[in-house]
Amino acid sequence: MTARTATGEVELIEVGGGDRGPASAESRPGRGGDGGAAPLFPQRIYISGIVLALAAMLMFFMALASAYVVRKGLSGDWIPLGLPRILWLNTAVIIVSSLTIERARRLLAPQAAGLRGFRGWPRRWRGWWGLTTALGVAFLVGQLIAWQQLAAAGIYLATNPSSSFFYLITTAHGIHLLGGLVALSVVGFRSWPAEARVNHSTAVTVSAIYWHFLGALWVFLFLLLLVGR
Amino acid sequence: MATEAHPLVHEAPQGFVWKYIFSKDHKVIGIQYLLLAMVSVVIGMYLSVLMRFHLAWPNAKLPFSDDIMTSEHYLALMTMHGTIMVFFVLTTAPQSGFGNYFLPIQIGAADMAFPTLNMLSFWFTFVSLMVMVAAFFVTGGAPISGWTAYAPLSALGEIAGPGLGLGQTLWIFSLAIFCGASLMGSLNFITTTLDLRARGMSLMRMPLTVWAWFITAILMLLAFAVLLAAGVLLLLDRLAATSFFIPGGLVVSDQLIAHQGGSPLLWQHLLWFFGHPEVYIAILPGMGIVSHVISCFSRKPIFGYRAMVYALFAIALLGLMVWGHHMFVSGMSPYSAFAFSLLTMCIGVPSAIKTFNWIGTLWGGKIRFTTAMLFAIGFVSVFISGGLGGIFLAQPTVDIFLHDTYFVVGHFHLTMGVAAIFGMFAGTYFWFPKMFGRFMNESLGKLHFWISFIGIYAIFMPMHFIGLAGHPRRYADTTGVDFLAEMNPVHLFITIVALVTVGVQIVFFLNFFWSMRKGKKAEINPWHATTLEWTVSSPPPHDNFAGRPPTIYRGAYEYSVPGAPQDYSPQHVPEGVSAPVSDR
Repeated sequence: MTARTATGEVELIEVGGGDRGPASAESRPGRGGDGGAAPLFPQRIYISGIVLALAAMLMFFMALASAYVVRKGLSGDWIPLGLPRILWLNTAVIIVSSLTIERARRLLAPQAAGLRGFRGWPRRWRGWWGLTTALGVAFLVGQLIAWQQLAAAGIYLATNPSSSFFYLITTAHGIHLLGGLVALSVVGFRSWPAEARVNHSTAVTVSAIYWHFLGALWVFLFLLLLVGR
Repeated sequence: MATEAHPLVHEAPQGFVWKYIFSKDHKVIGIQYLLLAMVSVVIGMYLSVLMRFHLAWPNAKLPFSDDIMTSEHYLALMTMHGTIMVFFVLTTAPQSGFGNYFLPIQIGAADMAFPTLNMLSFWFTFVSLMVMVAAFFVTGGAPISGWTAYAPLSALGEIAGPGLGLGQTLWIFSLAIFCGASLMGSLNFITTTLDLRARGMSLMRMPLTVWAWFITAILMLLAFAVLLAAGVLLLLDRLAATSFFIPGGLVVSDQLIAHQGGSPLLWQHLLWFFGHPEVYIAILPGMGIVSHVISCFSRKPIFGYRAMVYALFAIALLGLMVWGHHMFVSGMSPYSAFAFSLLTMCIGVPSAIKTFNWIGTLWGGKIRFTTAMLFAIGFVSVFISGGLGGIFLAQPTVDIFLHDTYFVVGHFHLTMGVAAIFGMFAGTYFWFPKMFGRFMNESLGKLHFWISFIGIYAIFMPMHFIGLAGHPRRYADTTGVDFLAEMNPVHLFITIVALVTVGVQIVFFLNFFWSMRKGKKAEINPWHATTLEWTVSSPPPHDNFAGRPPTIYRGAYEYSVPGAPQDYSPQHVPEGVSAPVSDR
């Protein structure tokens, strides 16, 4: 039941589709109580995949965070790092981008369910999606400015463990965010042609999940750098 | 319906390159992993032979060489032996090799969830191995810091010793690439198990092999991410002058090191947070294979299927919480040591459940002593013997004495080394007819088993004893120390047995490659087994079930069901059908 759009790239979500139900239910009640998995929605594997990838990323950043706490606690050479003020703005930007991508994602929900409630949604979708992408770029530029300000103050990677962790954590997050921007751009460009009808596609959902994660992760990392200074 | 536009059904590729090299077929990738592990195990074994040679005859020139091994050379061989065996053999073969080949077939899927990712995962592993082996050939040679790469030794660079310059940097890069490969692979395994099971294949009907691969994949996903983070920190210390792990005031080779304030303990915590789960990454797939094989050749359902599944979960969960037991002598608080010790000993409980259930399965069964079965029973034996040493080491008071002695070497070689390898051998002899449509030679197989089995006990039990006598590990030459020199005959004995045991592995390799071409032909289900891999041709077609995914009607181990027409009831045969549906 995979519908193809004009661009031939994004699939419709399946609502209540799929042939579910274990073949066993009637023949062998009481065995295999959790039922067999349905022969997949194509979408399901991508959702599972991104969630698992996020779990691995979370472990990666938690390892860095615990290293941060341990390194700070075990040594006498830690000099607290004054965070550049622009980070507050960046944090606001990434939180807003999470809201805008959610708006874009939800615009598609009634469409997918077959409820074409209002006209002009593809244009509005593109607007919110484009705005999210722009905010993502703005965030990265903001991080670059933060680095520049630190460097101008003579604070580099190896200056102090606090600055080492600052550059490392922001870089690692930034690289992940850059990957997110690539995903947003690809989805955006696919939906750009006038005849393209953007659907509540796997790609949109997966990108949105990833983007929310990066936002929440940044808030956590920012608090760590700020409070755990 | 979904089948036409199904993203998972991909066309059989044409041409040698796409079929066998950059293949996305999970079966080809599985074999690629197995071959990579075979190459790695030959390298790793060769290194261990050189080390054994040096330990037995410390003043003799190495074979085919005019040099007497230096201590640094010995340490480099030891580092590379450990690294290659742990990552490219014990992690690669049982999980990525057999898992890739058989997990999708056993759950009734056409392929892995993300075939392209699967291919990338293999090629990352391949590049990682190349980078690792390259460390032998750069200036200074391979690193000498052990497979655990303890900081600050591993963080300082060339000044700390030969191989710690570019060699160590390549080592870290190699492992970082390996982490990427493992993350892609494990993500694929978990998604496939969760989302691509055939109709009726409920979780509690999955073969225990699938459970083991699934749980191992979860461990890999969580553990390798942490190793990657640790590797990044270590690399920054080496290349970007940071001080995560390098303490202040360190004088190396008469030079004061400029770094300050870093914590070598931090490296140990990060490394072992990965390192201990890694032990289970190596052994859990073996446990799955052994359960599978023992049930089949006892002609009995596995004893306590659910208990086996829960025990796997318990081992994995506890395995994530006990890394501190590698660090009892690092000066940790006795209270933490107590907690780590208690949790470690708790692992004895699910391990005992598994052992008990294997024996319970054997009990009263109609046992067929095939080579696969012998290796499976051998696994149980070795796992118990090695595991008991673990109970000793889990106690801080005992570990303080035994730490860094040969007792530890004997212990981990028996458990994660030999037991895991026996699991692979069991899997190889068992699945060979499916992978290549021919049997391996059973007589050669039994010869291989008995000499290996006696050999490994003769190698690793004496190590326990010299460990108890206080023999430190990692020493290249023991002749200069009086109380160690007395133990030299033991080293000589171990080396001779090791040479014989290595020799019989050549028989295995000959048997393997000879049987691929000339072995006795096998029918589709030669062992009369119940799981799905035995319902498809040997080797299976490109999409496993020729577009007709099976429907599952029963559990994985229904052997000798009372009233059934034969002593095995395949998973895809409905209740009440008198004969198995003929193989497609």
